[in-house]
Order: sequence, then structure tokens, then C-alpha cells
Amino acid sequence: MAEPILSVRNLQTQFAAQEGVVHAVDGVDFDVFEGRTLGVVGESGCGKSVTARSILGIVESPGRVVGGQILLRPAKGGAPIDLLTLSPKAMRDIRGPEIALVFQEPMASFSQYYTIGNQITEAIRLHMGMDANAARARAIDLLDMVGVPQPSRRVDEYPFQLSGGLRQRVMIAMALACDPRVLIADEPTTALDVTTQAQILDLLRELQQKRGLAIILITHDMGVIAEMAHDVAVMYLGRAVETGPVGEIFSSPKHPYTRALLRSIPTVLAKPRTRLPTIAGSIPHPFNRPTGCPYHPRCSEIITGLCETAEPPAVGEASREVRCFLHGGRP
Amino acid sequence: MIAFLLRRLALGVMTIWLISVLSFVIIQLPPGDFVDAYIAQLASSGSSVSAEEAQAMRLQYGLGQPFYVQYGKWISRVVVGDFGESMEWRRPVTQVIGDRLWLTLLLSLGALIVTWTLALPIGIYSAVRQYSVADYIFTLVGFIGIAVPNFLMALIIMYFAFKFFGASVGGLFSAEFAMAPWSWAKAWDLAKHLPLPAVILALGGTAQLIRIMRANLLDELRRPYVVTARAKGLSETRVILKYPVRAALNPFASNIAYLFPYLVSGSIIISIVLGLPTVGPLLVKSLVAQDMFLAGTIVLLLGVLTVVGTFISDLVLMWVDPRLRHQMD
Amino acid sequence: MFGFITGRRAPQLSKAERFAVATQLQLTWWRFRRHKLAMISGVVVLLFYGLAIAADFLATTDPHATDARTSYIAPQPIHFFDEDGAFRPYVNGLKGVRDPKTFKLIYTIDPNRRTYLQFFAPGYRYSFLGIETDIHLIGLKNPQRGDGIYILGTDLLGRDLWSRLMVATRVSLTIGLIGVSISLFLGVLLGGVSAIYGGVVDTVIQRVIEVVRSMPTIPLWLGLAAALPNSWSVMQIYFAITIIISLLAWTDLARVVRGKFLSLREEDFVMAAELAGASQGRIIFRHMLPSFASHIIAAVSLALPAMIISETSLSFLGLGLRPPAISWGILLQDAQSIQTLALAPWLLASAVPVILVILAFNFLGDGLRDAADPYG
Repeated sequence: MAEPILSVRNLQTQFAAQEGVVHAVDGVDFDVFEGRTLGVVGESGCGKSVTARSILGIVESPGRVVGGQILLRPAKGGAPIDLLTLSPKAMRDIRGPEIALVFQEPMASFSQYYTIGNQITEAIRLHMGMDANAARARAIDLLDMVGVPQPSRRVDEYPFQLSGGLRQRVMIAMALACDPRVLIADEPTTALDVTTQAQILDLLRELQQKRGLAIILITHDMGVIAEMAHDVAVMYLGRAVETGPVGEIFSSPKHPYTRALLRSIPTVLAKPRTRLPTIAGSIPHPFNRPTGCPYHPRCSEIITGLCETAEPPAVGEASREVRCFLHGGRP
Repeated sequence: MIAFLLRRLALGVMTIWLISVLSFVIIQLPPGDFVDAYIAQLASSGSSVSAEEAQAMRLQYGLGQPFYVQYGKWISRVVVGDFGESMEWRRPVTQVIGDRLWLTLLLSLGALIVTWTLALPIGIYSAVRQYSVADYIFTLVGFIGIAVPNFLMALIIMYFAFKFFGASVGGLFSAEFAMAPWSWAKAWDLAKHLPLPAVILALGGTAQLIRIMRANLLDELRRPYVVTARAKGLSETRVILKYPVRAALNPFASNIAYLFPYLVSGSIIISIVLGLPTVGPLLVKSLVAQDMFLAGTIVLLLGVLTVVGTFISDLVLMWVDPRLRHQMD
Repeated sequence: MFGFITGRRAPQLSKAERFAVATQLQLTWWRFRRHKLAMISGVVVLLFYGLAIAADFLATTDPHATDARTSYIAPQPIHFFDEDGAFRPYVNGLKGVRDPKTFKLIYTIDPNRRTYLQFFAPGYRYSFLGIETDIHLIGLKNPQRGDGIYILGTDLLGRDLWSRLMVATRVSLTIGLIGVSISLFLGVLLGGVSAIYGGVVDTVIQRVIEVVRSMPTIPLWLGLAAALPNSWSVMQIYFAITIIISLLAWTDLARVVRGKFLSLREEDFVMAAELAGASQGRIIFRHMLPSFASHIIAAVSLALPAMIISETSLSFLGLGLRPPAISWGILLQDAQSIQTLALAPWLLASAVPVILVILAFNFLGDGLRDAADPYG
């Protein structure tokens, strides 16, 4: 396989709160490739969104990236650069032209005080050095590309004048404004109804094929993963517990958590009047992080005496890793 | 948008009407009818009124008739600019008030400008650098600004100015201009005297507005659109000034509507302490002397002034908030 | 719950469980306790109200007694120990001097004379909680003609500022309290009615609130207050002023009540009560009121200082309470002109309790408001 465009190695992000330190991201590894989609999946609060923000260097105080590497392969080739070592100024030139972000809440993610044209052209003028007219023309092209009807009229409208689906299209147009190579989509379809959701996913796939975009798709929805992702990283409590190609994750999941996640997908093949399996318990409070394997209190296949005390290391080859003593790595 | 404007306009007219009724109640309140009061006033100053004259006056003001008839007669003269005569000064009320109304307006506007120019940057700074030393200092000073009533502030500043500089602060004009007709020199003199009372008047409102601005901006700073702006690679200053500050300005603008009446109210009381030639001292004097037409007129005019100010602030609000502008779309 | 499962009874609720079952007021109180400045302010406010109750006991001289000869006496500090360090509190006595120009007899402080003080000394008669007494905290031991204690000095008419300040504190603080009660009643009533009935009633009340809020209050107060007849007694004026002030101050409370009512109505627990068939009265008083009581307490403690400022301002302008009533505003009225202040700067002392109390109320209200959102 080709070189990854973006590699995240042992990323650690912490939030210092009054009650203690929260390890929101605690040693995450994954690779993203050109023209492929990496699905990052997990329950709410597992550190998916913080991972996305850590990559872009926009974790909000009191959060801080405390360790690891985020390696971006430059467009012109050469050795990868570690984004964590860049100055704030240099990092600003990464956001937009290299890596862009699409959010969950298209309404809240736009300012209601400026037209969408204003909010799109801003980045174009900043990073591509275009004048106002050229930037506006480009904004209209982008709107057209993401399927906004009447783009030359819409460009002067405010976000609150658009429907939810249109807003998410505009959001994608804004993210693509400076031709990024990596697009991080943080739950891009959660706030939308099912039909619109399918349209937005189609659009993302189409854009990926046309431009060779690398996409990191963050979601809690296994269905979306099955439809969109080439590779999958399953996250639990700030850690990637299993990674691998989407086919293998679905056909032969290794980690008990991955299996539990897959079991809880509703399916038309299930027997009528059976309960949908759920995962026992809930995610522990961030301050009460369990010792040993973080999943052990909820795990049905716990190896008593081992999982409570020791943390399972990642085992397997780079493209297919799992952190579970059931699959090796016992001390 | 038109609907919004019409609604605000209707509300303004209603407020003015209510204030006019209240003003008339104030005129009516002292015991006895005011022709009696007028005659007594004249008698005490040595002149007298004949019984026919008194009767003619009673007829003219509709005394003895129901309240609404009297109010009707009074208000129909008020709309054409006849506010009646001051009993104490024996001159038309409008003449007695003269420039004082405009000076009141000027002082209140001055205070409004001071309030904004102080509260805006301080509020932004306090929110962006939350819990910094400067934030704590501004919060403390702000609390003192809220806690010290502005007449006390005026009194204390006056005392210290007298004690340490031997200077008597106060007044809006130097002695040589006080009675002089308007000229550029007089206007310049006014411009030199205006800042101190304007600042004193502005302090309480500034403190409140800083807290409002700080709280709003802290709210806005946590919104997703700020992250969007950061994700575009904008510089932090640009992100904050263009997005959250812009959103936090909105309640700021809608606050003028309540700030302005507050300032007009405050101007009355600090004018008395600082001896400013606004309508304040005149109002208190006329109320104490029961010079009711003068007092009622001042209350009415101040009310109208406030309502107009509020309406203008609504226009500003509409101008800054695209959602209001596009409500009709 | 977990205790039950493992077969042993939980001797005490865990911290998290205590948190979960606490009432809104308990939560507010727990959170409030962490707010140091607000706690201190609460104590200050309580002290001031204690002082208001015991005003006459703390006064040293009849606050209404005038004496032209003791006009503008500077503050006499109390010395607690004499030279040899023994605890024998005294003040320097007064001596009569004849003014060389006007030949008027005036008193000044004589550093060579000492008048000793005693605790629980007899003084002017007053009634405390229905008991007639003449005991005061401090008084002169064997007072002779012309002796007096003037801790904060005297005013033009020779009245003791300390004693007047004590009584003024009572008057100004109670006006605030009564005024807030009236405002609260109006606010809860109109805000509640507005929220419960909605529709036209709501619209009308909301418009009235907007209209009242956009009126300049001080000119209106002045106008209404000035119309109070001169023949009214001190008590009548006191209540009339209180009502005038509270009439224009209820709007904020009404807004808080209405807003809270509307948001609570959407809450699941209110819905649950409705489905369970609880009457409207029960829902309001049993379910809704307790959950916004803390918000109301916070709003009240922010409205109180505004009331106090209003009374003080009105009286200061000579259109509020009128002498012989004593309030902070009336005391400050004496300090209005710079000439007087140059002669007797101690008259500004009345400003200190005003600022302290208002500051304390603001901190307190702020702390309460923060605490009122325990889950926020």
C-alpha cells in the first residue's frame, strides 16, 4: 500500500479540570490514505471529536495535546512533518489548505451574522491570495459543486435562511474552499434526516473519487461506517482498541467491544420480538477510569485477575491491530 | 422587518401616551385645583387675581369636569407646543426649560458614548482573558461602579477634587459663558466641561455592561462556529473579533433601550450634586415649589426623549442583526 | 442501590447519590457555600440587619435631640485603654469656648478632659421588641451637663451622627425589605399569570413591562413622591414611598418568574406530574415553585440594593422621606454642598454603610445566581 498521507502515533490529549486530569485521548494510532476513508467509531465521550481537534491543533483550554506525533506527508513529497512541532502561525496554514473540518451541527457551526459567501471567501482570500471577486466566483463554483441550487443567489444568503441539508452542503463547500488533502468529517450527518443523510454521504464519496480526498469520518453509527469507510478504528475511552480494513472488522471482529457494537446494530434479519442487544453498563466517568483494560468492567469475556490489573498492548500487524489479551500480548 | 418596526413604534406611542397620563396625574396631584395654587402663589408674591380671571382660567383648563376632559384639553394644547405657564417664573414653561433639555440629552448621550467605549474593550478583554489579574481588577472595579449610587460617586469625587486640588468641579460652563449666547467658544467650553459629569454618570451603566458583555462573550466563545473559524486557519484575534464578539454585540445593542432611560434618570440626580444646568435641578425645584406645569412638562419631555432614544436603539438593533432584518423573507 | 445488590445495606449515601436526591435548595446551598465572597457578603448583610434590629441599643444619644452649642463637633474617637494599659474606655470631653467674634458659646473637644464610658449604660428611653428600656450598649459614666459621646461627630443641629446612622440603617434597610416584598408579590403574580395563561393576558403584561422599563424612573418617582401631602405623618410617607419605589421595580422579577415558569413547563417532571393527574395548583406549588425558589432568592437579593439606592436617592433630593424621619438619604442630604463638606467632612461617613450594604447585596446576589444553576 502507498504511504499514508496522515499518521497519528500515540496521540495523547488531556483536560486539566479541578477534580483531576481527564485523559480524553490516551494513545491513539491510525493512518489515513489518499482517496480512502478512515471511519473512527465509538460511543459518545470516547474521545473521537477531541482526536479530530487535536489533529487540527484547536483543542480548547483546558485541554492540551501532551504527547505523540501527528505526521503529515507534504504534497510535494519529502519527509513527513510533525504537526505538533509547528509554530501557531505555520499550523494556521495547515488548517484549510491541508486539513479541513466538517462539523456535526451545521446550524451552530456557522455564524448567523455573516452571509455564507462571506464565511466561505474568508478562507479563500486568506490562504489562496485571491481578491474579493475571484474568491466570490470560487465560492459560487464550490456551492455549485456540492449541489446547492442557484449558487449565485444563495451565496448572499444567511445560514438561517437555508435548510439543514443545504447548510451541511455549504459546510462541506466551506471545508473544501482551499483544496485540502485531508477532510475530517465529525458526525457530518447526525443532525440530518435519513434521506438527507444519504445524500450528504453520496456527496462525500463523489468528492473523494473526484479529488482523491483522504477522509476521516467520525461517527457513532456502524451503518455509516459500513457504507462509507475503507478502514476502521474503534475507539474506547480515548484509545483505539481495534483497527483494520472495514471488511475484516465486520466479518471477524476481534475485540469484545467491537463485537458488542456490531451486535447492537438493528437488522431486518433479526427474529421478531427479540430485544436488541445492548452493551452492559455505561462508559465510566472520566475521573473514574478503570485500571487495567479500560473495557473490563463491561466485558463479557473478562479474564479475571489479568484484565483488571494489566493494560493489553496492541498486537497484530500495523493494518490490523487489536488491544485485547484474548488475542495475545499476555505478560 | 416592517412588522418589527411597526410593533416597536406602536409600543413607543403607547409609552408616550402612558407617560403623558402620568405627567398629567402629577400635575393634578397636589390638593386643591391648581388655579387655587396659582392664586396663592401670586398672592404670596404680592399680586392678585380677580375672581373673573380665576373663573376664566378654570374654564380654560376644564376644572371641575371629569379627569379625561381635563386631560384632553391639556394634551390637545401640548401637541401644538403650548405647555402652559410656570407659576414660579411667570413665563411659558418652554422658555424656562430653554436649553436645559438639550443639555440633558447631550449629557446622557455623552455618558452613553463613554459607557460603550469603556465597556466594549474591557468586556472583551475580561472574557478572553477570563480569571486573569486584569479580569479580577475589572470585576472588582465593576462591582464598585454598580454599588456606589452615582450621586454618591459625584459627591465623593467632588469632595476629593476640592480637598486635593482645591478645585470646584461641576457646572457645564465657565462663569463667563454661563449666561452668554451660543458661540463656538461657548460650545468648546461645554466640550471641556462635559467629560467629567459624563464619566460619573456612565460609571454604573459601564460596570453593568462590562458584566453583560463578559458573560455573553464567554457564552459565545464556546460555540461551534468559533471552532469552525479556527479550523479555517484564521488568526486567533481575527477569529474572536469577527465571530463571537460580533454575536455578543447583539444584546449589547438591545441593551441601549434600557440603558438610556437609566442614564436620563441618573442625569437628574448628578446634575443636582454637580450643579449642572440640565432639567434636573429645575425639576426638583419645581416639584418642591409645586410649580406643576413646569414639573409635569419636564417629566413628559424626559419621557418622550427616552422613548425616542429607545426607538433609535431598536433601529440600531435591526441594523446589526440580520435575523431581524430577514424576518419577513 | 449497589449496596442492595451485594446484600449489605448502605450505611450512608455516597456523594453522588446525595447529590442526586438533594432538593434544588440544598444544591443551591452547597454550591453557594463554595463561593467565599458571597458567603462573607451574606454575613455582612446579616450583621447589618442585626444592627438594624438593635439600632436604639447601639445608639448612644437621642438621634433627634438638637443642641445648637454642639453644632459640627468633630468625631471623638473612643480610647479603650488609659496610659497604664488598664481597660478603661473614655472619650475626651468637651469644653465651651466663646467665639471671639460672635460671642456665641460653642463646644470643642478638650484633650485634657476625660469622660469615662460604661457598658449597658442608661440613656434615652426606647422600646425594643415591645419592651420599654433605657439601656444602651455604651454610655457615659456619671454624665454631667455638656458631656456627650459623638463617635462620628455631629451635624449642623448638634445631633449625634453615630446614633442617627444607627436609626437610619434600620429605616433604609426595612424600606428595602418591604419594597422588595411588594415587588416580589407583584412580580410573581404578574409573571406567573403571564406564563400560565399566555395568549392575550401574556401579551398585555409583557407590553406593560416593556413600557414600564422604558420610562425614566427617577423623574416619575420624583413627581409622585412630591405629590404626597405635607400633612401626612412620617409613617404614612414611609409606606407611600415604599409603594412608589416598588411599583416601578417589579418588572425584572416578573420577567425572571415568567421565564422560569415557561422553561419549567417543558420539563419532564412537570409533564409527569400532569400525567399523574396532579392539580394545577399542586403542580405549581409542589413541583415548580421549589425548583425556581433559588432563582427568585437570587433575583430578590439583586433587587434589594436597587430599592435601597432608590430610597436613598429620593430622600437625598428632599423628595423621599422627610425630616424628622431619618434615613441614609436624609443623612446624606446634609452632605450635599461642598461648603458643608469642607467644614464637616465626617458627614460623608453615612456613605460608608450605603456602599457596604449595596456591595454586599450585589456579591450575595451574584453568588446566589451562580449557585441557583447547580447542574449548569
